[in-house]
Amino acid sequence: MTDRVLQTVNLTKRFGALVASRSVSLDLRPGEIHALIGPNGAGKSTLIGQIAGAIRPDEGQVWLDGRDVTDLGRAARARAGLARTFQISALALDDTVLQNAVLGALGHRGGAYAMWRSVLGDGALRRQAEVALDRVGLLPAAATRAAELSHGERRLLEVAVALTQAPKACLMDEPMAGLGGEGSKALTALLADLKADAPILLVEHDMDAVFALADRVSVLVLGEVIATGTVAEIRANSDVRAAYLGDAS
Amino acid sequence: MSERMFNSALLLALIAWPLWAWAVDEPFMITLATKAVILGLAALGLNIALGLGGLVSLGHAAFFGIGGYAMGILASHAQSFQPLMQSPVVIEGTKSMPVIWGVALVTAALAALAIGALSLRTTGVYFIMITLAFAQMLYYFTISWGAYGGEDGLSIYVRNGFPGLNTLDPIQFYALCLALLLAALLFAHRLSRAPFGLALNAARQSPDRVETVGLTPYRLRLVAFVVSGAITGLAGALYADLNRFVSPAMFSWQLSGELIVLIILGGTARLFGPVVGAILFVGLEHLLGGVFDHWLAALGFILLGVVLFARGGVIGALCGRARAHD
Repeated sequence: MTDRVLQTVNLTKRFGALVASRSVSLDLRPGEIHALIGPNGAGKSTLIGQIAGAIRPDEGQVWLDGRDVTDLGRAARARAGLARTFQISALALDDTVLQNAVLGALGHRGGAYAMWRSVLGDGALRRQAEVALDRVGLLPAAATRAAELSHGERRLLEVAVALTQAPKACLMDEPMAGLGGEGSKALTALLADLKADAPILLVEHDMDAVFALADRVSVLVLGEVIATGTVAEIRANSDVRAAYLGDAS
Repeated sequence: MSERMFNSALLLALIAWPLWAWAVDEPFMITLATKAVILGLAALGLNIALGLGGLVSLGHAAFFGIGGYAMGILASHAQSFQPLMQSPVVIEGTKSMPVIWGVALVTAALAALAIGALSLRTTGVYFIMITLAFAQMLYYFTISWGAYGGEDGLSIYVRNGFPGLNTLDPIQFYALCLALLLAALLFAHRLSRAPFGLALNAARQSPDRVETVGLTPYRLRLVAFVVSGAITGLAGALYADLNRFVSPAMFSWQLSGELIVLIILGGTARLFGPVVGAILFVGLEHLLGGVFDHWLAALGFILLGVVLFARGGVIGALCGRARAHD
């Protein structure tokens, strides 16, 4: 399974009578952006939760880089190479941009329990953080508190933290949400550039971004993947048009 | 005023005040200063969990008391020449401070590991309540522990010794306590800028973030709780030595509350916050306690004022908000 960095096999999750994920099988190949779209309530968040390790599936497995990670928690999956950005930014807001990035590098390298040596004085960690910040264009803001960043900049910082982890795969939950046209365009360009480093499973509502970025698209409706294919295929798919895009589009 | 200047002035005062008292032969003043330093050390321990980790423990008296009883038990066996244990190995009591400190640190750390491992599965109000419950358990246990004085506590007739010093001399005992406080301040300072400090601080602000980079908030908090409990335990041993007396009151929930009050007064998550709080507390107790019985009511009003108008405590009011450091 070397050609699949991340794979879900028949993931099923029920909440009482509601089936939030119905035998979902998806995969992520090297160098691609695989977009996951679906109307509200389709079960995207539940699926992301299962892939990230926050929610335990009732059935099925998650494979990361040829390894069954179904039984691993979130932190262990992160160490195994799965990076994630959140729909609502999760950052240490009182800390500086640099500190947030260094935290990512620290989680990746280990040694987080050292109590005596300075963490920002650690050249290797700092360089790793600065390279990632530079990549997203936040290096000039390194000394700024994360709380003072704009919404769009916080999104970029989340991406930078993910980069410090040298991930094998990235999970991005609606990175475009709440961004203006400019911000959305800038992030689109950045993600197109990043997919060569690590393939991205992208959950996104912004259809312009999805159609511009995605190599493949999967459509989730009522917990079920009803179609997977290239952008052109998905656009042409009549089931998808009926279920999601609406006939008007 | 910059926080650095304020801290330097405070350190200077911590040296000058007792020296002055010593010069004009006011041993009681030195005892007051010693009490402030020891309470400051206890609260500094708590501040690692509370300020950096966001863990509001209302049970840190447990570790203070364990440190106190570590001293009381070891010293009482030494003064009665009865070993603590006969088999399989003979364990004698001791009057040596370094040994007592070591025992206090280790037993408080182990207790913090056990209490933390259970308590940290909860958060918020439940965490406050469960830490309180553990401390109360120990409180009632010591009340009924007849072998070591029960409700009456244990008196130690002569202060424990430290090689090369006369610990009965107030200024020398003070110097010892101050040295430990300074060591703890240095440690807390380094810790807050070390990888562990960064990770723990981030776990307080955003557990999701910490988990996403591959760290486990629970484990970070547990380690912080153990370090925190050990330092408060050491302070407990010193406090017992200051009074040459230990009693279940060291485990009381009032004491846990006072430690939190000290931190809030001085400034949460400020390096010197607990020390400032302890000096204020001891100072007010001395100045107002002599004038009227209900001096704690005055403290209550001050606390109210700090919480409403100066969220950063005294240090916050004087030095402005904390800056993220580079």
